[in-house]
Amino acid sequence: MIDESVVTGTLSEALRTGGEFAEVFVEDRQSSSALLDDGKVEELTSGRTRGAGIRVVVGETTGFAHTSDLSEAGLAKAARAAAAAARGGGGGRKAAALDRVDAPAPHQVEVLPETVAKATKVELLGRADDAARAAGSAISQVSARYADGRRRILVANSDGLLAGDDQVRTRFAVSCVAVGDTGMQTGFESVGRPIGFELFDEYEVDALARTAANRALTKLAAQPAPSGSMPVVIGPGGGGVLFHEACGHGLEADLVAKQASVFRNRVGEQVAHPEVTLIDDGTMAREWGAYAIDDEGRPAQRNVLIEGGVLTDYMWDLLRARKQGRESSGNGRRQSYQHLPMVRMTNTYLANGTEDPEAIIAATDRGVYVAHLGGGQVNTATGDFVFGMSEAYLIVNGQIDSPIREGNLIGNGPEVLAGIEALGNDFAMGSPGTCGKDGQGVPVGDGTPTLRVASMTIGGTAA
Amino acid sequence: MNPEELLEIAERIVGWGRGGEQIEAVVGHSSETEVRVYEGDIESLSVAESQGVGIRVIADGRQGFAHAGTLDPDVLEGTLSEARDNAVFGSPDEFFGLAEPDGVAPPQLDLYNEALLEFGTEAKIDLALELEQAVRAGDPRIVGVESADYGDAVGADAIATTTGIRSSGRDTSCFLTAYSLASEGDETQTGFGFSVGREPSTLNVAEAAADAVERATRMLGAVQPPTERVTVVLDPFVTAQFLGIIGGTLSGEAVLKGRSLFADRLGDQVAAAGVTLVDDPTNPEAFTASDADGEGLATRRNRLLDGGRLERFLHNSYTGRRSGAASTGSAVRGYASTPGVGCQALSLVPGDRPPAELIAGIANGVLVQGVSGLHSGVNPVSGDFSTGAEGLRIRNGELAEPIREITIASTLQRMLLDVVEVGSDLTWLPMSSAGVSLVVAEVTMSGA
Repeated sequence: MIDESVVTGTLSEALRTGGEFAEVFVEDRQSSSALLDDGKVEELTSGRTRGAGIRVVVGETTGFAHTSDLSEAGLAKAARAAAAAARGGGGGRKAAALDRVDAPAPHQVEVLPETVAKATKVELLGRADDAARAAGSAISQVSARYADGRRRILVANSDGLLAGDDQVRTRFAVSCVAVGDTGMQTGFESVGRPIGFELFDEYEVDALARTAANRALTKLAAQPAPSGSMPVVIGPGGGGVLFHEACGHGLEADLVAKQASVFRNRVGEQVAHPEVTLIDDGTMAREWGAYAIDDEGRPAQRNVLIEGGVLTDYMWDLLRARKQGRESSGNGRRQSYQHLPMVRMTNTYLANGTEDPEAIIAATDRGVYVAHLGGGQVNTATGDFVFGMSEAYLIVNGQIDSPIREGNLIGNGPEVLAGIEALGNDFAMGSPGTCGKDGQGVPVGDGTPTLRVASMTIGGTAA
Repeated sequence: MNPEELLEIAERIVGWGRGGEQIEAVVGHSSETEVRVYEGDIESLSVAESQGVGIRVIADGRQGFAHAGTLDPDVLEGTLSEARDNAVFGSPDEFFGLAEPDGVAPPQLDLYNEALLEFGTEAKIDLALELEQAVRAGDPRIVGVESADYGDAVGADAIATTTGIRSSGRDTSCFLTAYSLASEGDETQTGFGFSVGREPSTLNVAEAAADAVERATRMLGAVQPPTERVTVVLDPFVTAQFLGIIGGTLSGEAVLKGRSLFADRLGDQVAAAGVTLVDDPTNPEAFTASDADGEGLATRRNRLLDGGRLERFLHNSYTGRRSGAASTGSAVRGYASTPGVGCQALSLVPGDRPPAELIAGIANGVLVQGVSGLHSGVNPVSGDFSTGAEGLRIRNGELAEPIREITIASTLQRMLLDVVEVGSDLTWLPMSSAGVSLVVAEVTMSGA
């Protein structure tokens, strides 16, 4: 992507005015997408961005500059800007000789999307449109999107680190509108993996389209969601967002260090039911949040955050880890070369339990069953979080009953963790997600078995 | 780079057009600085320049698009040929077409202020430090400032098309923002405050700090209340977020594609009589004011709801043409996407009474200070909404105890009809809609 000697020169330039640590992050990203809406292939889009972000650390201060000019002169200019921003005056040091170590990829990519004809990608859209419309005459509108991206990165720093990664992602989503006596309802389904076009060996777009259509059709008959506190059962694969919000963010070391997490000073404490084991694993093959190295060059790893209900560790990036005299946990990520890295999750999941999922539902007198979740949001300092239920049903007398309309659930992270009272043996990963933090979005995965929380507040309008 | 240089690049691309095809080139450039301070020290200082180009091609009734994050001359031609190639695979649509000059003169707006360029890095750092210090000093219960930031941007862009559009402009903007942590006993609450302007001397450190302090400290001691149906007063910041969602349902694209709950309602009374909603990017007070839309047409003032009656939808060139109307100058986009349709500077016409008087008239209600989970809790197609919320109880016309871990729910349709009053406190926020206090009856508050 860029000559090693140029990287070395850029690091020297970055340290020339007294920096203690310097890093060059180079990124070359290409993307393509195709959108069908209203029965027509509206457009195909291609994008290409390339650039480098350079940071220089002096004491507590990070200077950062980025440029789309990858020439030696362009990089040197950015290096000087980053050094000036870091305000120099530190002890000063020389960059160590670079030693290239590439981490193993979590899996192989078989069919690079750029080698697939555009017509083949477009053909998927038409199939999805047909299948969704065939699912029911009430389906009034369909949109389908195909998207792929390839992101090649190179990271080098003054500690001598040099590493690269080639990250491919492919995604397909269908969104439907159904019209009935009660107005319009929507249904959505998406799949995505950090792989190439072989994604469609695993998934039939027709089936995805039918799932999206059926979600919309089901909701036509849905009644308003209840309001108030009650038990909540979350289906397999569905609950990952809950843990992502309820405690994942609160275990990010940057927020912990700033006293902005309810989980600060709680390592070693029992925070959940003894059966709860929560893991963040960037090495999970073919899962949406996987990569070989993070955006600071650190190999992805499997980090156990809660084991047997006991909080074992936080997640770390390079700078936060250095301050503590420990290693990064491979969670330093950034949206693009134009952003500074920070602590981010990868694939966050709750390990399998032992109970029969049917029995968990049957043991719930009255409550809500959430089959599919929307996004969520958390205030890490208070622990209060919300997430949306995009497909949910009432539970009446231990049985899944009528569908309910969309709404949010609200809860408090530590309380919900303590309130998990049943874990199924049917673990599954959920839909591909994008996690937002401080204005940056990165791809993440999540998963859970079926589980029941003793009480959460359902934000509906019915009594 | 200045607008003239960008327009030159856009014109050069358009000049490569062949017979029978339409080409649109959108070119942008921005320089940004961002300072974050923490505990009296600079945590990070970022300086950045970014640029990019987006090219749309329409040929044989089909549309293709490509973009690149550079203005490197070598890349421009490749981006055009990629857009051309993409057009081959689209479906034909007789209504595809670029904007054409419509004779509307762009408003004269003063969005570029040289004073920002003369403001040095040291002064920017000092502002951020001053903000952090002001938040800390604001109340003994403030135990931390998670972040205090100063940021600014100088942006320029240009659009040219084979249909005769030529538009370019530039603007400056800057902001201060602080996130505070207040604590008492084991409990922590958070707050935020901000200030925005075209140049730094208009930024208000004291006000941003006071907001951050008040929002956090007044939530201390918050409890989860029982479920009930109440009258709510939405804080201006919350109102602005809801207006953004309601504005989306009034886009011509949502209407044409059967995704707007107001599609067949033109001329109907869809909101309470006190609701007059205007999208006006020609208003220089608006942070998102602009003289041209995303297709290079002059922006204009569009009244959407008049006394609660649905008066019009917004259009770009495509949706205007397809619905037999005309563009309302409402194309929205960045260089990396084709133009959509959207609000650019949406506001309610304010009422007569300040928030304190609104609250004084409510026997039992809730002041909603913040909402969360809007992206997952609002369905703009069905109109169902349910969002996380926090705020203060209103009892007998006065603010009472703080409450948290609640949701508020209704439908967008009902909410518009249930508006009781619009406050007088209209304020422009760093988003495409303005804030104002809003009283809404019959909202379900879910709690314990």
